[in-house]
Amino acid sequence: MTDLPHSSRLRAELVTVGYGGVPVARDLSLAIPDGKVTSIVGPNGCGKSTVLRTLARLLKPTSGQVVLDGEPIDSMPTRDIAQRLCLLPQSPLAPDGLLVRDLVGRGRHPHQRWFRQWSRDDEDIVESALALTDTADLRDRPLDQLSGGQRQRAWIAMTLAQDTELMLLDEPTTYLDLAHQVEVLDLVARLNRERGRTVAMVLHDLNLAARYSDVVIVLKEGAVVATGDPASVFTVELLREVFGLEADVLSDPRTGLPIVVPIGQTSSVIR
Amino acid sequence: MATISTPLRIGVASWLVPMRAAAVTIAGLGVLFFLIALDLALGDFDIPLSDVVATLFGGGDPASEFIVMELRLPQTLVAVLVGVALGLSGALTQTFARNPLASPDILGILEGAAFGAVAVIVLTGSSGYGGGLVTGTLQEIGVPLAAFIGAMATAALLYVLSWRRGIDGQRLVLIGIGLGATLTALTSWLLVRARIQDAASAQVWLNGSLTSRGWEHALPLLGTLAVLVPVSLLLVHALNAMQLGDDSARGLGVKLQVTQLLTLVAAVGLVSVAVSAVGPLEFVAFVVPQVALRLTGGSRPPMLASMVLGACLVVGADLVTRVVLPFALPAGLVTAAIGAPYLIYLLIRTNRKVSA
Repeated sequence: MTDLPHSSRLRAELVTVGYGGVPVARDLSLAIPDGKVTSIVGPNGCGKSTVLRTLARLLKPTSGQVVLDGEPIDSMPTRDIAQRLCLLPQSPLAPDGLLVRDLVGRGRHPHQRWFRQWSRDDEDIVESALALTDTADLRDRPLDQLSGGQRQRAWIAMTLAQDTELMLLDEPTTYLDLAHQVEVLDLVARLNRERGRTVAMVLHDLNLAARYSDVVIVLKEGAVVATGDPASVFTVELLREVFGLEADVLSDPRTGLPIVVPIGQTSSVIR
Repeated sequence: MATISTPLRIGVASWLVPMRAAAVTIAGLGVLFFLIALDLALGDFDIPLSDVVATLFGGGDPASEFIVMELRLPQTLVAVLVGVALGLSGALTQTFARNPLASPDILGILEGAAFGAVAVIVLTGSSGYGGGLVTGTLQEIGVPLAAFIGAMATAALLYVLSWRRGIDGQRLVLIGIGLGATLTALTSWLLVRARIQDAASAQVWLNGSLTSRGWEHALPLLGTLAVLVPVSLLLVHALNAMQLGDDSARGLGVKLQVTQLLTLVAAVGLVSVAVSAVGPLEFVAFVVPQVALRLTGGSRPPMLASMVLGACLVVGADLVTRVVLPFALPAGLVTAAIGAPYLIYLLIRTNRKVSA
């Protein structure tokens, strides 16, 4: 397990974790490089979300540990963690009638006390989260009336209001059409570039992962099989071995980044 | 309709005040004071409102003073406190379970209290003469206590049965309805086997009645509310985060299990002390928070408005049973008559939404 040549505030060390005694990942180690966008990819059921949830202290490893800023995460008060690391879960709930402004305001929770629930800081940070995600015009609209892309931007604004440098996003593009997926990932890229946020996210789409990540971590059956920049990770051999996918890997003429083109059965018959 | 909030900042303290909820709460308080005054003024012997006010501030004639302060005030106070307790209890459980059906009266907690109380009335076997609670030390202390214990035990059982690596609102409601049905069956079985006098006396209690409630009923309520209202209001901040789902709440730094347990304990404590004072007043905890939610807008039942409107409903029910109806009817029947149609309405609406 080689470490990346970056510093990492958040890392997993020999973590074994699963649900109800059945381990999904065994002795897994990985590090989220600071100041980068990292995507965790892998076939269905490989433990991507499990690993992300473990990094976010939602799951407790049965052995090994997650380390945040040099401290084991399960020895830290949950509120302290929430001031350093935010999480956008895969399918968050929004009750009927919740307005965008209220949702984004909820992001301030770890910084608030019962007697200090709406300081000027809270207000300013929520305002800038709304502005940054282009949701300021939507603030008085209920969440259930927004389009999928708008709703996801509002949720990202909520995590932004948490004002943490580390952001963990669990499949932020699920259920969105391609245009909205790009809209959300453009926002992620901007947060990284302009605000210096470290982002670790679970993504399904390999081409989007290649396009928007500095680092890709590939998981298979709960183990890390490759880590590195997209161009060196996404190879014909890796796709075959990890995803069981016969594919060509082309180079995007615009960016030079890898594009995965599945061959599929029809085309192999034609060939 | 948008709920516009205004920041309230005093020194380092700061809150966000939802204006519409604040307006509804203040208006509700106005209505409540009016209803309290009416409840004190009207009855077998009507007293002018001005005399009621004068008496309350210590300037009435002895006759009014006796009627208002000794006879009517304790009962009205019990009505107010029970309404506050039930309204808050429902708002807590409905918010916590993210489900309007998850109120103590739907979850079988009142049925648990009823079973406890009826068991004492029937099984202690003291002689009774139907139509009123049997006096005697065991029943005077035993019935409220048994109701309290029945409610708490049912809630504990509900929690244990519905806990599967967390509490799910849907599962909580289904198990609660099942528990309630089982307990109702057990209560009926007790009533069938009971002597006719005991059964009659149990039936009076089962209907939920405010009649002749005195200071001995008001004080336990007052003490419980003094503790649990502040606790509940402190929980609101975490409950707001919990609205976004368990994962989001924990991501935001909420201690999920502690908050869930405290919320349930507070809600069950409130409803238990209310039911032990006046019997099961059906549907107050269920309807009031939902009505308050529709009046205030927003995304969850408002705590303060639910307390105020709960008090309005119970004092109003007391007024209706004592003054409006030509014969004395238990207050529980009045609240049920308002609540049951609302339950049907809500079920139909939820159903439409799911199938739409």
